[in-house]
Amino acid sequence: MIAELGHFALVLAFAVAIVQGTLPLLGAARRDAALVAVAPPAALVQLLLISIAFGALVHLYVVSDFSVANVAANSHQSKPLVYRISGVWGNHEGSLLLWVWILALFGSAVAAFGGNLPVLFKSRVLAIQALIGVGFLAFMLFTSNPFERLDPAPLEGRGLNPILQDPGLAMHPPMLYLGYVGFSTTFSFAIAGLLEGRIDPSWARWLRPWTLAAWTALTLGIALGSWWAYYELGWGGFWFWDPVENASFMPWLAGTALLHSAIVVEKRDTLKSWTILLAILTFALSLLGTFLVRSGVLTSVHAFASDPARGVFILALLVVAVGGALALYAWRAPSLQGGGMFAPVSREGALLLNNLLLASATATVLLGTLYPLALDVVGGPKISVGPPYFNATFVPLMIPLFLALPIGAVLAWKRGELGGALQRLWLAAAATLGVSIVLLLVSDLARGLAILGYGLGLWLILGSLADPLGRAALPGGGLARFWRRLCGLPRASWAMVVAHVGLGVLVIGVTATSTGQSERILAMKPGEVAELAGYSVRFEGVREVRGPNWIAQRGTFAVSRDGAFVAEIASDKRFFVVEQRPTTEAGIHTTLWRDLYFVLGEPAPDGAWTVRLYHNPLVVWIWGGAVLMALGGLLSLSDRRFRVGAPRPARVPAAVPAE
Amino acid sequence: MSASLEQPAAARPSRRGWLFLLPVLAFAAVGVVLALGLGRDPQTLPSVLIDKPAPSFALPPLPGRDERGFSSADLGGRPMLVNVFASWCVPCRIEHPVLDQLAREGVTIHAINYKDAPEDALAFLRALGDPFTRIGADRQGRAAIDWGVYGVPETFVIDRDGRIRYRHVGPLQPRDLEQTIRPLLEKLAR
Repeated sequence: MIAELGHFALVLAFAVAIVQGTLPLLGAARRDAALVAVAPPAALVQLLLISIAFGALVHLYVVSDFSVANVAANSHQSKPLVYRISGVWGNHEGSLLLWVWILALFGSAVAAFGGNLPVLFKSRVLAIQALIGVGFLAFMLFTSNPFERLDPAPLEGRGLNPILQDPGLAMHPPMLYLGYVGFSTTFSFAIAGLLEGRIDPSWARWLRPWTLAAWTALTLGIALGSWWAYYELGWGGFWFWDPVENASFMPWLAGTALLHSAIVVEKRDTLKSWTILLAILTFALSLLGTFLVRSGVLTSVHAFASDPARGVFILALLVVAVGGALALYAWRAPSLQGGGMFAPVSREGALLLNNLLLASATATVLLGTLYPLALDVVGGPKISVGPPYFNATFVPLMIPLFLALPIGAVLAWKRGELGGALQRLWLAAAATLGVSIVLLLVSDLARGLAILGYGLGLWLILGSLADPLGRAALPGGGLARFWRRLCGLPRASWAMVVAHVGLGVLVIGVTATSTGQSERILAMKPGEVAELAGYSVRFEGVREVRGPNWIAQRGTFAVSRDGAFVAEIASDKRFFVVEQRPTTEAGIHTTLWRDLYFVLGEPAPDGAWTVRLYHNPLVVWIWGGAVLMALGGLLSLSDRRFRVGAPRPARVPAAVPAE
Repeated sequence: MSASLEQPAAARPSRRGWLFLLPVLAFAAVGVVLALGLGRDPQTLPSVLIDKPAPSFALPPLPGRDERGFSSADLGGRPMLVNVFASWCVPCRIEHPVLDQLAREGVTIHAINYKDAPEDALAFLRALGDPFTRIGADRQGRAAIDWGVYGVPETFVIDRDGRIRYRHVGPLQPRDLEQTIRPLLEKLAR
């Protein structure tokens, strides 16, 4: 009964989406106010209907209704409640429902909070949003119905892949989809802008909060995924350049470029057709990611079970949405009028450099992800592209980006002076150089690459902090004045500083973890002591423990340093009874400066156990940096100019409002 | 409403208009690749080598493990598996317990270590267990090309006469053991 209710709600949502995707566009073309007015309420009704469907599926999982094929294939009564719920999006059909629900969520958010948008523009945005929904709802209803019944119903379900039964992974897909699908709004804004033929600073100002929201969620989603891979896959790596990771990383890179180029449109009314293209491409890359994960063209640990019919359907969706958008772009974009001119050395110039480097990085990752497939299709040799390719191509693009970032951020608009910028940054530059030289002297020269990484991270942090501190530390006034000036800086400036500092923190964390990891793999008998990076690790032995749906061998280690107790760390080898699969749970002790990361391996006949002991310096900085970047996004989102709304555009391009 | 109900700006022809066609053309190329790629499910990529003798090759050993290496002469005599792995490949780590399980059951598994640094490969085996009878180090990936390897991991089933009977692309899951690998090995052993 509940399953049928959910199914009918989806069918109704499909019908509403068709109405919402057509009538407002017709109305906008015919200047028919009644047709245009359909869009906002339709968006809200769609959210309601898809929420009913989503709630129905969650209910079916919670009560373990195995007469529904999807529940039977992916759940089990012995699973804890939280994983029965997260199991909803741990499979193809359920995650697609989450996808569509978030799409409707963004659509209705535009309907509810887009009060400052002109009526026609808003109705076009909502119509495009609905057309995306039509495609995905059709995909669900025709190829991937989560409510399909099973007759006869099995007594028990087949369970969920044990490595997915984890709190980090329960949160990872919703966060990631908020980002992925959030970029549908920027896509809709771009298409609506092209249809209207008017792209101006107020367009960029409307676009930016949605870009920021999606980007922030995607940043957190990717960080969660990488954190999960770190502690669950059990060997201390945090990023693997796996095709599915790349699928989420490409929209992030393009979205980051979009975030920056939209500033140029907003402030200087230029780089318009480029920004439109980025807005389309960012969502296109999200769709491409969806295609890669669900069509089975690439093998990956993360991929869902593949089915050729689904692949054809998503490819058709991709071609209609992206092909159509780019064709519209080719037709309309040449008529967009460029705005202000700028010198190469200027804030615009710096943001353009940022965009060029980020776009190249996106293309690099895209090439590495699709190259094996492309080569295979043209009958070439079969190859696989691994981390060596990405390290050799992606990293060199980041070095100039990070070097230029603090300088670009202090350049003036229109026409900047390199000398003046460097003057404001000399202290940060000197400090960075000084620390790098000291590092070079105390460590050996072979570690040059690591020191380059530390130097770049430090430069990003100090260079980003130098400007607000320098501006607040004007001569005159004591500490109180300094503090007041610091607090008086606009929130948007703070947002930029926090996000860029976060990037620096992330770069330092990545550098430390990739170059400074200590690893010991050895066979230990209970009571034996091993040394690891200055710590004494005593292996206490192994005992059996039972969880709700698993049995584990738990090895415990007592860690001390210079005779003082530091921590007791336990690592499990779990065996999931229903799924008949083992997992390893690394034992991790985290501080700001290092992680101790222990993994229990196999027993040997003589009573010893293989254990892997890692000392990962600064690894928590990676996720701390990502959280800071997301915090920067939120700060920028809360900036005053989005809350008071953009001024209504006049027929002639409006003067750019001053900060 | 009049302010927002205006006509779109008339399109003005531009000499550089063709530049704006580039994105849609590039996308068309990507679309063609994806469409052709769809027909080739990498999990069930058929091998042109199925039912043919395995290609002849002779690979050096992994320094520090043993002195024997792995060559075509080691194939045949009884049904066995050949696994292609690398320490930098995440799915390989996931499938490793499955290989361990098979080796404990007495199945002979040889391995081609694909484009890997020997010390990394040894650390991988020390950490996760070594189910392999013989290992050949294929540092340039040449032997893997002869085998038609698409990516790592891949697993081949070899029969008594040294012919390739089955090819599995991607990590071996317990399900694959039940449904294909074990039944096939049993059939070939008869």
